[in-house]
Amino acid sequence: MAEKNKKIIADSNKIQLLINKLAKDILEKNIDISEIAVVGIQTRGVYLAKRLLKELLAVKNINMEIPFGILDITLYRDDLGEMGADIPTIKDTNIPFDINAKNIILVDDVLYTGRTIRCALDVLKDYGRPKSIQLAVLIDRGYRELPIQANFTGLSYHTKEQVCVELSEVDGQDVAYICD
Amino acid sequence: MPFNRKDLLGLEDLDKKEIQTIIDSVKPFKSLFTRSIKKAPALIGKTVVNLFYEPSTRTRTSFEIAAKRLSADVVNIATATSSVVKGESLIDTGKTLEAMKADIIIIRHSLAGTPEILAKNLNASIINAGDGFHEHPTQGLLDLYTIYEKKKKIEGLKILLVGDILHSRVAKSNIWALTKMGAKLRVVGPPTLIPKNITDLGVEIFYDLDKAIKGVDVVNILRIQMERQQENLFPSVHEYVELYQVTSERLANAKPDVLIMHPGPMNRGIEISSSVADSPSAVINEQVTNGIAVRMAVLYLLAAARIKQGKKHVNSN
Amino acid sequence: MSIQIKNIRVVDPSNKTDKVGDIFIENGEIVSKLSGTPDKVIDGKNKTAVPGLIDIHSHLREPGQEEKETIATGTRSACKGGITTVFCMPNTKPVTDNAPSVEYILMKSQKEGKVNVFPIGCITKNSQGQELAEIGILKKAGIVAVSDDGVPVSNSQIMRRALEYTKMFSIPVIAHCEDKELSKNGVMNAGKNSMILGLRGIPNQSEDVMVARDIMLAELTSGRLHIAHVSTAGSVELVRQAKKKGLNVTCETCPHYFTLTDDAVKTYDTNYKMNPPLRRQKDVDAVKEGLADGTIDCIATDHAPHTFEDKNKEFDLAPFGIIGFETLLSLVLNELVDKKVLSFQDAIAKMTVNPAKIFSLEKRGSLAVGSIADITIIDTEYSYEYKKENILSKSKNSPFIGRKFKGGAVMTIVGGKIAWSQKDGIIN
Repeated sequence: MAEKNKKIIADSNKIQLLINKLAKDILEKNIDISEIAVVGIQTRGVYLAKRLLKELLAVKNINMEIPFGILDITLYRDDLGEMGADIPTIKDTNIPFDINAKNIILVDDVLYTGRTIRCALDVLKDYGRPKSIQLAVLIDRGYRELPIQANFTGLSYHTKEQVCVELSEVDGQDVAYICD
Repeated sequence: MPFNRKDLLGLEDLDKKEIQTIIDSVKPFKSLFTRSIKKAPALIGKTVVNLFYEPSTRTRTSFEIAAKRLSADVVNIATATSSVVKGESLIDTGKTLEAMKADIIIIRHSLAGTPEILAKNLNASIINAGDGFHEHPTQGLLDLYTIYEKKKKIEGLKILLVGDILHSRVAKSNIWALTKMGAKLRVVGPPTLIPKNITDLGVEIFYDLDKAIKGVDVVNILRIQMERQQENLFPSVHEYVELYQVTSERLANAKPDVLIMHPGPMNRGIEISSSVADSPSAVINEQVTNGIAVRMAVLYLLAAARIKQGKKHVNSN
Repeated sequence: MSIQIKNIRVVDPSNKTDKVGDIFIENGEIVSKLSGTPDKVIDGKNKTAVPGLIDIHSHLREPGQEEKETIATGTRSACKGGITTVFCMPNTKPVTDNAPSVEYILMKSQKEGKVNVFPIGCITKNSQGQELAEIGILKKAGIVAVSDDGVPVSNSQIMRRALEYTKMFSIPVIAHCEDKELSKNGVMNAGKNSMILGLRGIPNQSEDVMVARDIMLAELTSGRLHIAHVSTAGSVELVRQAKKKGLNVTCETCPHYFTLTDDAVKTYDTNYKMNPPLRRQKDVDAVKEGLADGTIDCIATDHAPHTFEDKNKEFDLAPFGIIGFETLLSLVLNELVDKKVLSFQDAIAKMTVNPAKIFSLEKRGSLAVGSIADITIIDTEYSYEYKKENILSKSKNSPFIGRKFKGGAVMTIVGGKIAWSQKDGIIN
């Protein structure tokens, strides 16, 4: 739970607005929605991706199955063992559709160094050759260490301080704030 | 995750939590098998050596595939035990491999305790791929995982091991893992092949297969070695078949959804009838598939713990 | 050379004395008083003098395996352990089944030994259990007993002949009791631990069966049977019954059999591999009981040196045996005397007067006037840790390295000369 005097970047209303903005931007660039597939990065990227999926259909006002997948980058990290006291839990990767010829919307909560995205691109590469991969993030906090950019950004908030995103599905509330 | 070991020498040493950790880690590795590229870069740049002093095709291949699917570099060394007795000592062989910067050494040996000797003398991580009559921990884990996958639980299951318990490292590792996870274990075979102290491990002894098989959830059939007959441990293969072959008729007394397991290679028509081996209850091929995923999980967990240990070491200096 | 040891507690089980007084030594013998002033006076305050310890079971490895031990290093090690006399087993290379081998050992120990060395000859030629060795000639050359130690005499008829034939020489036949078929390929005690470790077991009965057979053969022949390294409850009971029947049977055990159990093998440490193997707690308890009630006559080391390379191996491939000279006395004191299994005097008896009687060693094992001045001086308060770097044996294969002891030898006098002292080490 966040502290009382935490610095809030986005409250729950704002987060909803940002998701809506992302959905609109994505649809603007992807005229043919039937070619879209959404993949969320474990853990919060998955929940965000699920919401974005709903939002896409709501904005477009249609009802159809958009292929959806989840992806865990643990096995693709280049910093195995440098992650503090515990070995990270390997979470499920499940991409139950053929990614070839799809425009993949890759979703994560915060974009920072770009290393997570680098891993995610490697994971996707091992599933096939999508038509395109487009990155959607809720918050871009800048300070990249790799030449990676988001195609769709909810909010640009450049900071060296850690940004935490809480989502009601896992954390009981929607909020983004500066955390230590 | 509570797994912080340099080596995997046996399942006797592991506690329930550690076993659970390994089991919980298997699924993501198994899910790689359904992709067109079944490989992840987790162990890229790591050197894994298969040091096999005993002939083995399945276990060695399984470890090799597991390591390769994690992008490790794999070297296979097969040596006859006899040449070891005459020539270079086990420890020297290990040290040589370490000098070549092997990160993980997987050892199979006909003598019990050999993985411990390597572990004591080397910094490389050691995985026991079967040592004498002692343990075969990855087989124990893959059997456990296979049961877990099918039955969704271990606690309370009645599991029967059939055959030569005395000389079986597979039986030993199965017993450690399954009893720790709360299964009820039975063994059946002639008294000459069942150590009476096995009851100390919480295992129930049967000599009559028909009684032993009653109401069990899993039957794990061990391979019978023909040389045991020469040691007078049973009078003839003919009699062994008569008393202990698992047949469809005998299985009728087990639970209807019984799982049939065998660590392989099978002697069809001896310890297991073909109709049982090929029945829908048999998960023998799944065991093989799961073996790779389980070994990937073990390799990954050891490699990760290893880097962590190494870092700790550097920090403390 | 004359020595006066002043104000020392003198414990001599040979005449059941335990009193503070002086000991006088002249010309290598214990005398009632010195002819002149002593050349050396030793202050014995707070120390205890006992007859020099006699270890009736050891392997000095010379000739043939000098990389493990030599008579020079082995006797230095014994000396440091407070042992003044060692018997050496004949499984040297070549084996001691011929007079020249006996003479070689005696000559070498005269020249290089620090303690008395008494060779044991083979029962059978080449210890192969097929034909009797030339025991008469060996006896003339200087052996004190015969044994094929390391291997049993499996053929009952040959064992019978050995017990019969040796009667004319009044020397015991020391039996290594093991049914080789029952112990086949075994490397540790058979039981729960061997099952868990996946090592082949040696059941108690492998020893018991042979002890029973040899006792029966002793009865048949009225021969002199001494059973080596008793390790099981069954053996202890068999010997107890044999003694009750009045048979001429004696036996020994070793410190590890009253100190350790096969739980110690858990890590595949080959310094816990010996033959007979470490047994269960009930056997340890039975061995202690046998010591307490006199069933077990002697405590011997079965000092069996092996090089680091020999021992640092797969458990199955490593040789059996551990060194024991330098831990004998401390283990007896800590495990038997301190734990009230034996009185100090009775414990010392099993390493002095008892072996001297069984093997007819004249003027040894006693501090009586006229005895050879083999004396061990003990400090029962001396606390120390048994460290690898302090071991004088050429080999370091001991499971007791790192163990802390209270009480041990501080001086060893052999034939009236100070051979070792804790202060000065080996004295040449």
